Amino acid sequence: MADASNSATNNKDSIKNTLIVAVSLCLVSAIIVSGSAVLLKPQRMENKALFRNKNILIAAGLYQKGETADSEISGLFKNFEIRMVDLEQNKLLSASDLDALGIDISKYNQRKAAKNPDTSKALSTADDIASISRRAQYSVVYLLKKDNKIEKAVLPIHGYGLWSTLYGFIALESDLNTVAGITFYEHGETAGLGGEIENPRWKANWVGKYIYSNDGKVRFTVMKGAVDPKSKNAIHEVDGLSGASLTARGVQNLITYWLGSDGFGPVLEKIRG
Amino acid sequence: MSEAKEALLSPIVENNPIGLQILGVCSALAVTTQMNVALVMCIALTVVIAFSSMVISIIRNRIPSSIRIIVQMTVIASLVIVVDQILGAVAYELSRQLTVFIGLIITNCIVMGRAEAFAMQNPPGISFIDGIGNGLGYSVVLMLVATIRELFGSGSLFGFEILPLITNGGWYNPMGLLLLPPSAFFIIGLLIWGLRSWKTEQVEEPDYVIGGHTAHSAG
Repeated sequence: MADASNSATNNKDSIKNTLIVAVSLCLVSAIIVSGSAVLLKPQRMENKALFRNKNILIAAGLYQKGETADSEISGLFKNFEIRMVDLEQNKLLSASDLDALGIDISKYNQRKAAKNPDTSKALSTADDIASISRRAQYSVVYLLKKDNKIEKAVLPIHGYGLWSTLYGFIALESDLNTVAGITFYEHGETAGLGGEIENPRWKANWVGKYIYSNDGKVRFTVMKGAVDPKSKNAIHEVDGLSGASLTARGVQNLITYWLGSDGFGPVLEKIRG
Repeated sequence: MSEAKEALLSPIVENNPIGLQILGVCSALAVTTQMNVALVMCIALTVVIAFSSMVISIIRNRIPSSIRIIVQMTVIASLVIVVDQILGAVAYELSRQLTVFIGLIITNCIVMGRAEAFAMQNPPGISFIDGIGNGLGYSVVLMLVATIRELFGSGSLFGFEILPLITNGGWYNPMGLLLLPPSAFFIIGLLIWGLRSWKTEQVEEPDYVIGGHTAHSAG
């Protein structure tokens, strides 16, 4: 018995056994991990899409936390008029435009389109304020209408923070200048620091602020530190995030970019008339 | 059978991983502001610790001692990723809140500690039960801390309002400190104090004894 266990220990610590154990463990673990990732992917994707839609509702103020059930999301979502914006020609595309282009708006994926040179443009360093390197030509926006007039417009925005690309939505009131709400639904910033861009209290600061100054330029600023309420620019400013200067700068940049002349700026101006 | 019972129950009070061994405190600070988040974390950790102990115990006679730590880490890490994936599929928003901490289960000292101290020397069945027991010991402390922090910090339990807040027209003024990580330090500290006053055998021998007053040297 003693002999057997002795030879087992010797055998166990041999280089051959070490290699066998290491390689087979890696193989088995890899199969289990990738297997679970592949099997659960459809469910995860579905959850992700649902969460994205939920964030559109949150930005527009249609979703009340604790009151609205997840099952109501798709119903509430039907309130939106889903339209596509051509960011090159700066116009809202009609259904016939979309037919002519052969784009199915429900299947359009802006992230994929931004990677394809045919459907996007490369940004020069000077233009690439939000550090996204390529911008898709088309973008889907969500309009809330009443009597054929826009009440709220929810625009997708994204840009680089400190560690990751932040994806979110900004909702504007009927003047297409006042912020109605902002959300970020996907990012990889540090929890508790940059991750505070998801903090409801911080996001509430945005509501009622004005993006554009009288000359039509993006004047909106994410401050370093707190906003001085006495300042005449306070209507354009929100508090910074302590411990997250670089993420806050990323947020500032993506707002400047997406609501500026290369983003939705000209379309919004056209609609405003 | 009594051995199994011992493995299952002793980590809850007598040999609590947080209370006696002071392991896994980091996540106990981070995820205890809300009870439902803490509960998911407890379940995730218990599952990981039980199955990792079992798997490591099954292959314990094949694991070369030179790479045993990395083998344990690989098993634990794989299980953690699987748990994270399942959570993402079942409870997406909870997993968004927890995903950082679920990842950190890999480095949770309780999991590694049980793998190295128990599963490497014991058969799979009892290792699995030992894992469950330690997971429960961790869970008991986490849920206690979360109950105190959520009830007095936000006036609710599992998200349901118990003490109506002033901000919602009630009478309760929440203690903001309880929502910040340091409060968990205080609560865990008080819990350990209480536990050791009750079970005095858990009190450690002092490393140093403070001597009597000595006369000043000139100067």
